[in-house]
Amino acid sequence: MIEWSVIDTWIIVVGVLSAVGCALPGAYLLLRRQSMMGDAISHSVLPGIAGAYLIVGNREPLTLLAGAIVIGILTTVLIRLVKHGGQVEGGAAMGVVFTALFALGLVMIRRAADHVDLDPDCVLYGAIELTFLDTVPLLGMDVPRAALLTGGMLLANLVFLTLFHKELKLSSFDPGLSDALGYSSRLLHHVLMVVIAATMVASFEAVGSILVIAMLIVPPACAYLLCDRLVPMLLLSAAFAAASAVLGHLSAITVPTLFGQEDTSTAGMMALMAGVLFTAVFLGSPKAGVVARSWHRLQLGARLLSEEILGLLYRRSEAGEAAAPLMFSREEARRAGQSRLALWLARQRLRRKGFAHFTPGGMLLTERGLHEARRLVRAHRLWETWLVEEMNLRPDHVHGPARRLESITGESIEEQLARETAGRTRDPHDRTIPPSSDV
Amino acid sequence: MVTRTGPQHPEPDKPGHAPAPAGPAGTDHSPAAPISIHDVTVAYDRRPVLWDVDLDVPEGRLVGLIGPNGAGKSTLLKAILGLVPTISGRVSIYGRPLAGQRKLLGYVPQRESVDWDFPVTVRDVVEMGLYGHVGWFRRLGRAHVRRAREALERVSISDLADRQISRLSGGQQQRVFLARALAQHARIYLMDEPFAGVDSATEKSIVGLLHELRNTGRTVVCVHHDLQTVAAYFDYVILLNMRVVTHGPTEEVFTEENLRKTYGGQLTLLSSAATALAQRR
Repeated sequence: MIEWSVIDTWIIVVGVLSAVGCALPGAYLLLRRQSMMGDAISHSVLPGIAGAYLIVGNREPLTLLAGAIVIGILTTVLIRLVKHGGQVEGGAAMGVVFTALFALGLVMIRRAADHVDLDPDCVLYGAIELTFLDTVPLLGMDVPRAALLTGGMLLANLVFLTLFHKELKLSSFDPGLSDALGYSSRLLHHVLMVVIAATMVASFEAVGSILVIAMLIVPPACAYLLCDRLVPMLLLSAAFAAASAVLGHLSAITVPTLFGQEDTSTAGMMALMAGVLFTAVFLGSPKAGVVARSWHRLQLGARLLSEEILGLLYRRSEAGEAAAPLMFSREEARRAGQSRLALWLARQRLRRKGFAHFTPGGMLLTERGLHEARRLVRAHRLWETWLVEEMNLRPDHVHGPARRLESITGESIEEQLARETAGRTRDPHDRTIPPSSDV
Repeated sequence: MVTRTGPQHPEPDKPGHAPAPAGPAGTDHSPAAPISIHDVTVAYDRRPVLWDVDLDVPEGRLVGLIGPNGAGKSTLLKAILGLVPTISGRVSIYGRPLAGQRKLLGYVPQRESVDWDFPVTVRDVVEMGLYGHVGWFRRLGRAHVRRAREALERVSISDLADRQISRLSGGQQQRVFLARALAQHARIYLMDEPFAGVDSATEKSIVGLLHELRNTGRTVVCVHHDLQTVAAYFDYVILLNMRVVTHGPTEEVFTEENLRKTYGGQLTLLSSAATALAQRR
């Protein structure tokens, strides 16, 4: 069984604080289409941390913050220089700058490794499980240093985003207007990068760079799929980030034990959970989700198919075979471009609306079904007539268009069609246009 | 048939304004001109885009900025707004440097210049036009919100105020941009192809709006592509092809010869210009 302890609580607190702190500025990176900038800075802060340590000799928050600010500006300036000076494509410029800085950082950490508790593994994966080892007394409690650091970082980000809300919104949406109104978009870009660098430095030790990169991008991406307003998107990003952290730790301590193993990397699991949440949103979003869209397509297919069947049944009754039941096979559905599932739904629709009753030999039109079928066939043949006469299409070219138009033909369009075809009773294929049912 | 509009401004009373073709560098600039461009040269990656542009835009005119693709029309607007670095030269607004005069300028960029999937509403975008009136860190006041609403009414899209901008047609998007500029209550409007990709009803109502702005003393400069409509829409034209070919009142300057100079050997454009000229006579 799971044993919950105060350690688990602190792990979750630190995880949530750093995840939310990353997701908020990350939302702006996403909206500015600069998500990769987060990746770049996450690598290039390494020499910033190492450099600050080597120069100042401690790893107090302010030291690291200074390192982060320097490196945040340096990275953006270098990327700009490589891009414009060398006329290199933006992505490549980022790649050049952040790999070089990351490598430099690794060398510096090695150099300092003799007398430092900084190590490359820790930077990548973090040590959220060990945060409780390093505590500071606060209000009579032993609070992990990491919780203070990430909490302070989150607070600073909240203040920053509130203060700069208008400016960030404007410069992210329309940098040109931002400049024209006197809000330098370049300055704002630098400020955002510095904030992101500082956020990363504050989170690194606790949760590592993999989680930081994930939290910067994935929760905002989830929120982007669901929201069409900025503030709700920011709030939802924060909620997704917090949920990933909580679910991440819960599954880190439960899932591996199911397989008889020790628990796994919490930070890794938190990042994974963010991915799982994204997948769920991607599939399930009511607006743009894959599931919603295919369901919609299926419904449409079923409707078209049921109309196809009604048309066939009507033509049968026209030929005086109203009593002969119609079998509509899967093969026929397939030829109409619809799946078995659509066929099943189409039959359900016909049954539900009382258009057809089902006998062992096949389907038969009901009274209501006949009414509906006549309406459809009338619309179809009116369209065919109109397309031939008004649009000068050839009679053998009008079935397809008329088929598509008949399903969207309401009463008023039908009346207008009847007027414009001047009460014709035969369609271009010399079949009777059924009279309007209320006549 | 010449349809001259805007008799309200028969002769600009600015002493420095010369209706004749632009002189060489060193034109007398009037301190009262809404926009004075002094010997401006702009280059992207060492490739010159604008060469030594030197002119005054007269007050209260509806100005068409005309020229072939790559002539630097958008760049000239951006140079006036200080959005592109200039190699040499400077721009003054009513005789003063741009920095203190930004509030006087309303800008309508090309529609494609922004991401229309951005999670903001029509109202949000229009309110952005007023950000220049409040300064860093300040929120918009109630008066600003009212102004944004009035601007939406003026371009008849009040009913779309709460709609997200991705769910707009091209014409509606253009109206949003116009409303954003109108909300600024600027004295000078710079518009980059306001008629690009809009339906004819929108085009008509935009033209009406531009005339209204001009008739209330505003100066409007539009980058424009359709030579057929130049004479009907604008009372002043600037013909540009990296350099200023000429500028002046439409009926004096918008001639076949000047168009030939501007468009060079681009035959298709020339023939459409010829049609346009034929229609005017």
